[in-house]
Amino acid sequence: MKQAVQAEELRPPVTSIGVIGWIKNNLFNGTPNSVLTLVTLFFLWKTVPPLFRWAFLDSAWHTTGQACREAAGACWSIISMNYRFILFGFYPYEEHWRPFLAMMILVGLLFYSRDRNHWKKTLAYAWIIGLFAMGLLMKGGLFGLPSVESTQWGGLPLTLLLAIFGLTAAYPLGVILALGRRSKMRGIKVLCILYIELIRGVPLISLLFMSSIIFPLFLPEGVTFNKILRAQVAIILFTAAYIAEVVRGGLQGMARGQYEAAESIGLNYYLTMRLIILPQALKIVIPPTVSILISAFKDTSLVVIIALFDLLKTTQSVLSNPEWMGFSREAYVFVAILYFLGCFSMSNYSRKLERELSRGD
Amino acid sequence: MRGFKDSAISEKIPFWLDPRKRAIFFQLLTFCMVGFLAYYLVSNTLINLERQKIASGFGFLHKESSFEIGESLIPYSAASTYTRALLVGALNTVKVAFIGIVITIFLGTIIGVARLSSNWLVSKLAAIFIEVMQDIPVLLQLFFWYALFCETLPSPQEALTPGAGISVCNRGVAFTIPEAHPAHRYMLLAILAGCVIIYLMRRWARKRQEKTGQFFPTFRVGIALLLGLPFVTWLTFGAPLKMDVPVLEGFNFQGGVMVSPEFIALLMGLILYTSAFVAEVVRAGIQSVSKGQKEAAMSIGLRPSLVLNLVILPQALRVIVPPLTSQMLNLTKNSSLAVAIGYPDFVSVANTTINQTGQSIEGVALIMAVYLFFSLSTSAFMNWYNKRVALVER
Repeated sequence: MKQAVQAEELRPPVTSIGVIGWIKNNLFNGTPNSVLTLVTLFFLWKTVPPLFRWAFLDSAWHTTGQACREAAGACWSIISMNYRFILFGFYPYEEHWRPFLAMMILVGLLFYSRDRNHWKKTLAYAWIIGLFAMGLLMKGGLFGLPSVESTQWGGLPLTLLLAIFGLTAAYPLGVILALGRRSKMRGIKVLCILYIELIRGVPLISLLFMSSIIFPLFLPEGVTFNKILRAQVAIILFTAAYIAEVVRGGLQGMARGQYEAAESIGLNYYLTMRLIILPQALKIVIPPTVSILISAFKDTSLVVIIALFDLLKTTQSVLSNPEWMGFSREAYVFVAILYFLGCFSMSNYSRKLERELSRGD
Repeated sequence: MRGFKDSAISEKIPFWLDPRKRAIFFQLLTFCMVGFLAYYLVSNTLINLERQKIASGFGFLHKESSFEIGESLIPYSAASTYTRALLVGALNTVKVAFIGIVITIFLGTIIGVARLSSNWLVSKLAAIFIEVMQDIPVLLQLFFWYALFCETLPSPQEALTPGAGISVCNRGVAFTIPEAHPAHRYMLLAILAGCVIIYLMRRWARKRQEKTGQFFPTFRVGIALLLGLPFVTWLTFGAPLKMDVPVLEGFNFQGGVMVSPEFIALLMGLILYTSAFVAEVVRAGIQSVSKGQKEAAMSIGLRPSLVLNLVILPQALRVIVPPLTSQMLNLTKNSSLAVAIGYPDFVSVANTTINQTGQSIEGVALIMAVYLFFSLSTSAFMNWYNKRVALVER
């Protein structure tokens, strides 16, 4: 009586597992989806190979502008021959290592700050020292470094400088505005609302115009600020309004009990805010703050319009050189890649942080 | 007794610890500081204006502008006043913002839905589009499209013709349009009349359905009205078919409608950039409606189109409208970047005005006032719409 049933292991059909199963489930489930897939594939087949040929196979990588014009594809030489000017602008050629080192310090600091376990007081000191070192490297004049006037700053360091300093200075201002908007004092509240809504209602470019044409009129005779600083002020004033709105969101997210608990242990307004409310509220709004940093980074490109030599403007001045005229696509694609890398890594980080914070650790 | 007790307490609390008095003090202090700052800036400005001999005031608005504007919706020449020049600029801003908003909502919705598609390829392509467009500054995109237009397209003599009646060259895109005919005005009126009739019909149909339960196909009848009325008008006027074809004369096209490369580059940059954000908004909105809603609607036997119209959309719109508003405002504000590629929008005209008259304060104030007006009116409209959508709750 050996009738023990041998349970035969039935494997799922080939068409529902592995590569074929995946393709069937994700690309060809149902007629409309199949048609959509085929149309999309046709479209990709029509666009991607020619683009690839243009960008990689037929392109010129390190030639003169003349040789570029004979190549059928992209002219990446405009980048490889001019990258120093595009990245650093009119900064003295022999001193380019200084803005480069400053940017490296910045990238290092940002990279180190990624990990939330590093968010301690030492990090704040590291940032202060880092920012100071960057300023020193850019400006020079001490420790045997030749002084470089800020009118000569340009390219990527200027873009980063405007964005990072813009956000750092705008943050405290934004927090104060947000607190003011939530204040019970009618007059202060109205002032803050007026400021926030006024700034958010106008485009950044009008503020930049203001900084370049009207700021000089505001100052007493003989006092002048350079153009970069004025643009920086405009960016700070602009960013602060947006930060205020983000922080207000965080403040509104605080439970009433937090305020009441703080009052019941006898803390005054200042201590309530500093010890109880702001630490929690600001933690909630870190992800949207990162998106403000992203838009501040993108918005710095607007200083082109008031003729500051940021990354975009240095690229354009290379393009106005007769040798490289007409290769805008390649140049702009290069700048776009730089911006993309910066913004993409920040937004990725913001998403990661959001996941971590919503998990509650 | 009561009064006595109160006064006893107020005697105990010194005035600098009374929250109400302190509030007054702090507000006074703030106002003094703001007032002092304002006084300082204004007095400096007045001194500087005096010294540089710049006249102030809006008197310049009535003077002759003496500059040309490339494209205009209303008659304009260099002999017109600055007021008219600025009006032309404002109308150009409205034009690009309006067309941009309409196309952006359309494109953004498609991409947002594509992002949620069960088709892996489509969903991933949509995700790549969203990420790339969001991470590149809009100004750079404008420059890119403008350069692409000017550098890669042929001159008018060798214009491309992708479709009948359309010519594409580096001077712009020339479209063939029907030649002006009085019938067109009446066709427009017919469309407006159609809209009014549809509105009334919808009200009537809803009332009837509530009363009798009978369904009236408003959508199909509406489409028929909207297309049929102008068509009938066109036929009654003898079906004018004459076309205004753009012809190459000298170095450029004459006749038809010519759309400038600046306008196209601006529109493309704004649309692609903003639709990436709109797509994210739409995706979040649709995802916010829980699956159970759809299943419940299907289980009571609603058709897929009705499920979408009656159950999903009303709930999704409530989530979508507020962030959509701010994206529309962003588009309008970003249209001010037109000045960088030379499209004569309001900022660009105002900038020219500032350069010519030297009245920078007035010019910048005008720019701010106009954009504030745009922003406030758009958000007022969207708030009104948002209230309508939100009122579905019972």
